[in-house]
Amino acid sequence: MEHSKVTPREAQRRRLPLEKHRIEDWIGRIYTSVCVVFLIATIVSIVYFVTSKGVATFAVNGVGIMDFLFGTRWAPDASPPAFGAMPAIAGSFLVTLLAALIASPLSIAAALFMTEIVPTFGKRILQPAIELLSGIPSVVYGFIGLTLIVPFLRDHVGGQGIGVGAGALVLSIMILPTITSVAADALANLQRGQREASYALGATRWQTIYRVVLPTVLPALLTGIVLGMARAFGEALAVQMVIGNAPFIPTSLLESASTLTSIITLGMGNTAMNSIQNNALWSMALVLMLMTFVFIMIIRLLERRNRI
Amino acid sequence: MVMPMPFSTEDLSIYYGEFQAIKNISMGFPAASVTALIGPSGCGKSTFLRSLNRMNDEIAGSRSTGHIWMDGIDLTASGTDVIKLRQRIGMVWQRPNPFYKSIYENIAFGPRYYGIKNRKQLDEIVETSLRRAALWDEVKDRLKESALALSGGQQQRLCIARALSVNPQILLLDEPASALDPVSTGKIEELITELKKDLRIVIVTHNMQQAARVSDYTAYFYLGTLVEHGETDQIFTNPEKNSTQEYIMGRFG
Ligand SMILES: Nc1ncnc2c1ncn2[C@@H]1O[C@H](COP(=O)(O)OP(=O)(O)OP(=O)(O)O)[C@@H](O)[C@H]1O
Ligand SMILES: [Mg+2]
Repeated sequence: MEHSKVTPREAQRRRLPLEKHRIEDWIGRIYTSVCVVFLIATIVSIVYFVTSKGVATFAVNGVGIMDFLFGTRWAPDASPPAFGAMPAIAGSFLVTLLAALIASPLSIAAALFMTEIVPTFGKRILQPAIELLSGIPSVVYGFIGLTLIVPFLRDHVGGQGIGVGAGALVLSIMILPTITSVAADALANLQRGQREASYALGATRWQTIYRVVLPTVLPALLTGIVLGMARAFGEALAVQMVIGNAPFIPTSLLESASTLTSIITLGMGNTAMNSIQNNALWSMALVLMLMTFVFIMIIRLLERRNRI
Repeated sequence: MVMPMPFSTEDLSIYYGEFQAIKNISMGFPAASVTALIGPSGCGKSTFLRSLNRMNDEIAGSRSTGHIWMDGIDLTASGTDVIKLRQRIGMVWQRPNPFYKSIYENIAFGPRYYGIKNRKQLDEIVETSLRRAALWDEVKDRLKESALALSGGQQQRLCIARALSVNPQILLLDEPASALDPVSTGKIEELITELKKDLRIVIVTHNMQQAARVSDYTAYFYLGTLVEHGETDQIFTNPEKNSTQEYIMGRFG
């Protein structure tokens, strides 16, 4: 009887630890929920804003969607103005694909070197160095491009130096670390047994890399390349500094051209809100955003294949 | 002087950096027989096994002294063609490690290295190897499917078939059944007994019943030394060393 006799205050004190626990639990839950709601609200409103602004060009200002997507004349300040985004869309795809073509073989070779040839040195020195590279701001890459690549192209290849070729080169350097680190991770995570089995059958290192290692990590390599392409496609500053920004579809790598991003960055300061010129830039932003979704979807698909 | 056995080690030591994992082991592996390597965890069984087909070369910092004799040739000599050597000495690991390829491609992989391109010849090798690994009937209708879709036991037999595909004379098995269920383990043991008719087999196992069932000779390792080596019956019923008896008794439980 003695033991079960508890004053109300005593009971409250005894229950306290539990209560505290529950309060903490609730605070945590509310805090994370608020953050998530905030995050979702931000994403939804950005997507909504870009979409509504981007659609206004067609719905309010009466520009034809086909004229926008496939028109080849971009002259927003002419009278009558022309809003053909094809030069910018083509420019964006061109520099992105070229950059991926240049950077992918280099990055994959670098990743192989780091993981297969000099694993300890690779892990300790090269990997951090590569990660550092990916942290350099894009304006620095653009500056380097303008100072080194453009004069080099002008003196040794021809033309003005600025242009699609210079843009693609700068972008390829920028996405090199992205592709390299994804590829190096994939290679490092490959089960040791895969390599062992190949060596034990008498394969050389090169045969093992070529016939076992690379095919096995191929989906991850593609993921890295698409990630790099997404970065290249969305990059504005570095490209704008070296591509020349002429609103024409280029016919040679040494010709000045523009991309969706470079037209937006150059034009946004000079257009009035809600003007047709301004809305047309939003339409370009919408195209960029949709392309980014496509890149993300491709990455997701590759990752699903990777897991099997 | 006694001629060394056609396949044997002589004074073999293996080091990882400064650490000596295998200490001066000399032992032979008679033809058409199974030799079991037993001993507590970390005593060097896998290290010793891996050194027999020079797979230890792939580990940074490892080196060896002594000799491994095969038909009068020293496999540890610097001029040895490691690739030819590994064709003659196959290996299977504890965890099944099929390639991320089809069942067919897993088997055809090795022969392709040795220059076999002819489709018919490859088909034949695939079938023979799978039959020898007692897997053919289970997979003959799905050779194009991914090897990863097989069960663990089937994967392990596929790995044995893959090792057999290049027609080795010696098969090294490192705990080949320890990740498998009893039924699959039974199949692997039957397979070993069948295969030893044409090959030497060296098997590492922690399972004393298994060692007793499948092996003709048993070698007890302790801290990198070979404590006792003899016919399995004798090692299990009447070992010379106390420590061997204690280990085997302890493991039988
Ligand atoms: N790659 C390596 N680098 C350094 N030391 C190693 C390496 N592999 C094994 N060792 C060491 O060598 C000794 C023998 O290891 P080994 O793997 O051969 O033992 P084991 O008998 O196969 O053990 P288990 O029964 O647990 O598989 C151990 O002390 C281990 O720590
Ligand atoms: Mg082991």
